[in-house]
Amino acid sequence: MNSVLRVTPSLSFGSRRSLYILERNIMAYKRQWPVFVSGFFEPLFYLLSLGIGLNSLVGHLDVGGQSVSYAAFVAPGMLATSSMNGGVIDSIYNVFFKLKVSHVYEPVLSTPLDVNDVALGEVWWSLTRGALYATSFIICMALLGDAGSPWVILCLPGAVLTSFAFACVGLAACTYMRSWQDFDTVTLVTLPLFLFSATFFPLSLYPTWLASIVIFSPLYQSATLLRGLSLGSFSWVMLVHVAYLFVMGLVGLSVAARRFQRILAP
Amino acid sequence: MHARQLTKDFGTFRAVNGISFDIPRGESFGFLGPNGAGKTSTMRMVSAVARPTSGELSIFGLDPHHDGPAIRARLGVVPQEDTLELELTVLDNLLMFGRYFDLSRSVVRERAKELLEFAKLTERANDKCDNLSGGMKRRLTIARSLLNQPELLILDEPTTGLDPQARHLLWERLYRLKSDGVTLVITTHYMDEAEQLCDRLVVMDHGDIVAEGAPRALITQHSTREVLELRFPSDVTTPPVDMLAPLAERLEVLPDRVLLYVHDGDDTLRAVHAAGVTPVSALVRRSTLEDVFLRLTGRTLVD
Repeated sequence: MNSVLRVTPSLSFGSRRSLYILERNIMAYKRQWPVFVSGFFEPLFYLLSLGIGLNSLVGHLDVGGQSVSYAAFVAPGMLATSSMNGGVIDSIYNVFFKLKVSHVYEPVLSTPLDVNDVALGEVWWSLTRGALYATSFIICMALLGDAGSPWVILCLPGAVLTSFAFACVGLAACTYMRSWQDFDTVTLVTLPLFLFSATFFPLSLYPTWLASIVIFSPLYQSATLLRGLSLGSFSWVMLVHVAYLFVMGLVGLSVAARRFQRILAP
Repeated sequence: MHARQLTKDFGTFRAVNGISFDIPRGESFGFLGPNGAGKTSTMRMVSAVARPTSGELSIFGLDPHHDGPAIRARLGVVPQEDTLELELTVLDNLLMFGRYFDLSRSVVRERAKELLEFAKLTERANDKCDNLSGGMKRRLTIARSLLNQPELLILDEPTTGLDPQARHLLWERLYRLKSDGVTLVITTHYMDEAEQLCDRLVVMDHGDIVAEGAPRALITQHSTREVLELRFPSDVTTPPVDMLAPLAERLEVLPDRVLLYVHDGDDTLRAVHAAGVTPVSALVRRSTLEDVFLRLTGRTLVD
């Protein structure tokens, strides 16, 4: 009877109890707040270096008929990248450590929480951190005059959605890592995404064949979405980006939960 | 708790091979067996963490597959290896763990205080767990399992690594819990512990249950009332087994001594002397669970 039930795909994504994992992580990080300080400074460095340096070289760009400074163009791309890196690195490194080294989850599973709660709880944590970083990033953008419009405030949910998509996929990916050596593959994926997702320059500058690949990149979805939000130039395509990132997250999360089950409670 | 034909496979390896048992409320039930007998796999199934490959299992009348969270809310688990959060303080370990059970912060705080007292760790409350000794970690793990005031406590080798004082302290606590009506499920390597604590127990070997019953009943069933241990000088390479064998129900030759399983050890010793056999020393003792255990699971090392 059980073997029949086991192959039925689980469509539950954890319960309210997943929030206790968030609580646990906050408790564990109480003493490691310097990590967050670096998280605040990182975007500032990004914006200063790329904004000031390249801005003077590039000048203004034409985005959908709107003339914007290069700094205003590139800032949402950097925010998207930072959200991607935050989401992936958080879930991959931290969760790998908890899963394979410190075995944090094992006692948790003897409480009412189950693997779905654990996976979802780690996603909450990634989103919390992502939201904190994005907030500081957006504030820096506004202060440096890189915000295209007051709508830049909507970049916060956009960035959190990006964190969600990448954190969930990262969570799934980390269950396949066997040792720290495997982590090199993470850069192998994130670096091309970073370089080929219309983060630095508009899609129109890519050769056609490359552009037709770029538009499928998850980071392209995020960069374009955030750019549109920051500039206040809305379009229906944004809904496609949102749906893409959301579905990507859900798929990642359900794979992660199933893999957690195999690793933690075989 | 009821289990019927409970089986657990890991790939092609069968860790638990269709075992059945019933544990009524309030009983203290033991799982004995050498390493690799399938005890821990069984514990993980009865704590509603690992799913059985096949068979039926019900805990509190609930199905672990569907009601896992509800079952685990009423369970306490002491795993074989301490799984504390080494980066957190002693107190934070308890506070956080209590939260997983949906307990309010004030309730957890109160219970944590009492349990720290029980675990004799009150003074170490704000130390990082990493700095605790092995015995302290074990005590904290045990204290942690009591935070949700479980109706059923599952202890996987609870006293491994504890000194005798801590062991007796734990036994006392377990007696107290038992008299409060808490059901105990215990695995152990220590036969004295099993004899002390368990109303009933099963002996597992290679994933099967090879014996089941109350400790005393098992001894009666699988061993004699007494054991006569005869030690021979080290230069006697072959003890006079032919002469001793007729005197005992069962006889076991070990490198340094011969064990005679008999009803009355003193009687047999007289018979041994009368037969002209002179061991260096002789010891008459009652049969213990250890004799049963070794008889059922063999003396060879398993892993």
